[in-house]
Amino acid sequence: MKVWIAAWSILAKDARTYYLKPPNVSWGLIFPLAWTGMLFLRSAAGVESVAELLPGVMAVAVLFGTTSLLAVVVAFERRGRSFERLLVAPIPLVVLLLAKTGGAILFGLVNAFVPVILAAFLIDLSIVDWPALIGAAALLSASSAFLGLFIAVSVREVFEAQALSNFFRFPMLFLCGLFLPVEQLPAWMRPLSYALPLTYGADLLRGSIGGVNRLPPAASFALLAASCAALFALSLRVVRRRWIA
Amino acid sequence: MTTSTATGHRLGRPGADLPDPAAIWVRGLAKRFGDVRAVDGVDIDVLSGELFGLLGPNGAGKTTILHLLTGLARPDGGTILIGGIDCSARPGAARRLLGVVPDESNLYPELTGFQNLSFSASLYGMRRKRREVRARELLETFGLAGAGDRKFGGYSKGMKRRLTIAAGMIHEPRILFLDEPTTGIDVASARQIRRLITDLRDAGTTIVLTTHYIEEAQRLCDRVAFIVAGRIVRTDGVARLLHQAGGVHAMEVALSGGAARLGPALVEAFPELRARALADGLLRVEASSPPRVGPLVRFLEDRGAQVTEARRVQPSLEEVFVEVTGIESEALRQEKEKAGGGA
Repeated sequence: MKVWIAAWSILAKDARTYYLKPPNVSWGLIFPLAWTGMLFLRSAAGVESVAELLPGVMAVAVLFGTTSLLAVVVAFERRGRSFERLLVAPIPLVVLLLAKTGGAILFGLVNAFVPVILAAFLIDLSIVDWPALIGAAALLSASSAFLGLFIAVSVREVFEAQALSNFFRFPMLFLCGLFLPVEQLPAWMRPLSYALPLTYGADLLRGSIGGVNRLPPAASFALLAASCAALFALSLRVVRRRWIA
Repeated sequence: MTTSTATGHRLGRPGADLPDPAAIWVRGLAKRFGDVRAVDGVDIDVLSGELFGLLGPNGAGKTTILHLLTGLARPDGGTILIGGIDCSARPGAARRLLGVVPDESNLYPELTGFQNLSFSASLYGMRRKRREVRARELLETFGLAGAGDRKFGGYSKGMKRRLTIAAGMIHEPRILFLDEPTTGIDVASARQIRRLITDLRDAGTTIVLTTHYIEEAQRLCDRVAFIVAGRIVRTDGVARLLHQAGGVHAMEVALSGGAARLGPALVEAFPELRARALADGLLRVEASSPPRVGPLVRFLEDRGAQVTEARRVQPSLEEVFVEVTGIESEALRQEKEKAGGGA
């Protein structure tokens, strides 16, 4: 029980201190809006194209809302040594890192549904398989947050966290099948595309908003969950080996 | 973690020679960073309720020892028992007994003083009502009640230091680690913090203090360990160490100049004395019996020096430290100046 008080407190503190700050909230709103607008104009297919654009915009909102923010938060706390306060507290490392990641996952999930709320004013969302959409968004948010955690524990400085986030995010964005179906990518690029969690997350989102899944949904869920577990295990290992060396 | 050279092992179990389970028992503690032995076979016993000082120059290994004891670093060898709990077997249970105050204030600048204390309490599983009461209580004790609703980032250095100490003891730890508590803060705040530390000790908290301000350790600590290059070269009670230093009678002579030149001449004329220049205008004279001032002053003035003051110097822990470790007072003084503020 005591451990959960600590975990909840870390999560709530992070939400209040970092995620719910006006710049981050506005980023969470403006970014998906800008992407929706841009893709909408480019498609020139009218309001009908919104349903088609929605999975991509949700995926982008999650990826950009979680990865960089968590990486920066953890790197910032480590730089200011406030992360040491958490390490000397009687909290198991697994719980501590899950609590740090939890805030980012929730923030990503909220970000993901901003474009959905906007889309509700434009199109009929009765086509949406809500449980699948929520599950996919949650899992995609988790895998993006764990990627952010892995970036955070791999760097020393805040600027390195930002740079490394971009190093991962932008290639993911262009290789995950959002802009160009994976089948249309050059053959040598496809394995890379299938190695990215975002590819599976985007496909699940597409399938749950009335689109057609290009990959088996059960496999996508499993691979996303596996990427979460792998990234978390790697982060844990880095912290144990480098931070408590 | 390996176990080595433990007195307790000879008695049958680690820590068996520990007089009270609330204390710290360390045997054969070792830590390397590459080729450097940062901590080299350190044994420490801290008794319940005492104020124990780890003294040494910068880079001696004080902070590394503190990190090893608090779980921020993993030892390469040795055994650590905190309150009778083996830190390698039950780190969480051991950490629950500890409060840690690092050498730099590391609370959250965007939270208020009250929020910082409340958050720190929650890390130890304290429920909301209890932690709020405790936070208000500590803000009062540390003279920060009026600043509790202000953001920590806007505090002065002294206030930050006090709140960081308060955060370290929010969960009423049995053992409090204080790393360089007065380094880099103004004299008034340092004095206030020293008073708080003695109050805590008087209230029964076991305190482990690291400092390179030896006079601070002399004022505060019951016992001290001298650390040089990762090894403890002497552990003893402050009173005992000072008593030992009392065997040397020292005098400082302020003069118009030429202390470096006059020192050797003085020793030549008075073979029972030892003399060294502390500065160009300050000569330190030591002897095994109280030196006679008159002949000494006359000797110096006959050689052109104007003596403005000659005073007996009380024995200090710094002298013992210099004698035991071989580290020069000048080197210690330079370190203090580099750190700024404090003692």
